[in-house]
Amino acid sequence: MKLQITAFGIAKDILGTARLQIELPEAATVAHLKEALERQFPQLAELKSLAVAVNQEYAPENQPLASSDEIVLIPPVSGG
Amino acid sequence: MIDIQLLDRPLSPLTCTEYVYSPDAGGIVTFTGTVRNHTADRSVRHLEFESYEPMAIKEMRKIAETILRRWPARKVSFHHRLGTLGIGDLAVVIAVSCPHRREAFEACQYAIDTLKQTVPIWKKEVFEDGEVWVAAHP
Repeated sequence: MKLQITAFGIAKDILGTARLQIELPEAATVAHLKEALERQFPQLAELKSLAVAVNQEYAPENQPLASSDEIVLIPPVSGG
Repeated sequence: MIDIQLLDRPLSPLTCTEYVYSPDAGGIVTFTGTVRNHTADRSVRHLEFESYEPMAIKEMRKIAETILRRWPARKVSFHHRLGTLGIGDLAVVIAVSCPHRREAFEACQYAIDTLKQTVPIWKKEVFEDGEVWVAAHP
C-alpha cells in the first residue's frame, strides 16, 4: 500500500521535503513505518524521539496503518 | 470556558486574562513565555515556530479540558504564536481562573509543562552563525 507521510520541524529537514510517499506491505504498523523511514533516512534514528500521529492523534507502535490515514512525523516538540 | 488559539500576530496577556475572568474565581494566573536572547552563551537572532495546526489545537484543548476536570478551574485561555519572533516577543500566553490562588498556579504550571511535552509545535533558534531545532537531539 502507498502511504502519504507529512513531516514537520527537523523531520522535514531530514527528509528534505514536507511530503513523502512510501510503499509498505498491507497491515504495516507504525513500527514498520518507522523502521522503513530510519533505513532510508538514518538521521531520524538520532533524534531524541520520533512519534507518529495518525489522523491527528499520537499512535502506538503496534497500530496498523491504512492508505487513507493522515500520517504525520512528530519529532521532539518544543513549543512555549 | 475554553479559548484556544494559534496566532500569527502578537499575543495579548490582557486578552487572555480578561477572557478567564469569572465572578466566582478569586485567583487568575497568567503565564507568559517570551523569546530569550541567548541559549548556552550563543546569541539568538530570532525564533521560527511551526505547527501541525489541527493536532496542536486538539492537544491544547485536551490540556484545557484536563484542567477543568482536575482543578476547580472556571476558564482557560491558551494562545500560542506561530511564525518568526524576535527577542522579547511573546511565544505563549496561558491564563487560568480558579476560586483560590494555589489551584490557579498549579493548573497554569500543568498547562505550560504539558504543552512542552505533547503539543506539536516546533521552535527553531536562528543564531548569527547557524540554526538549531530546539530539543531535537539527546
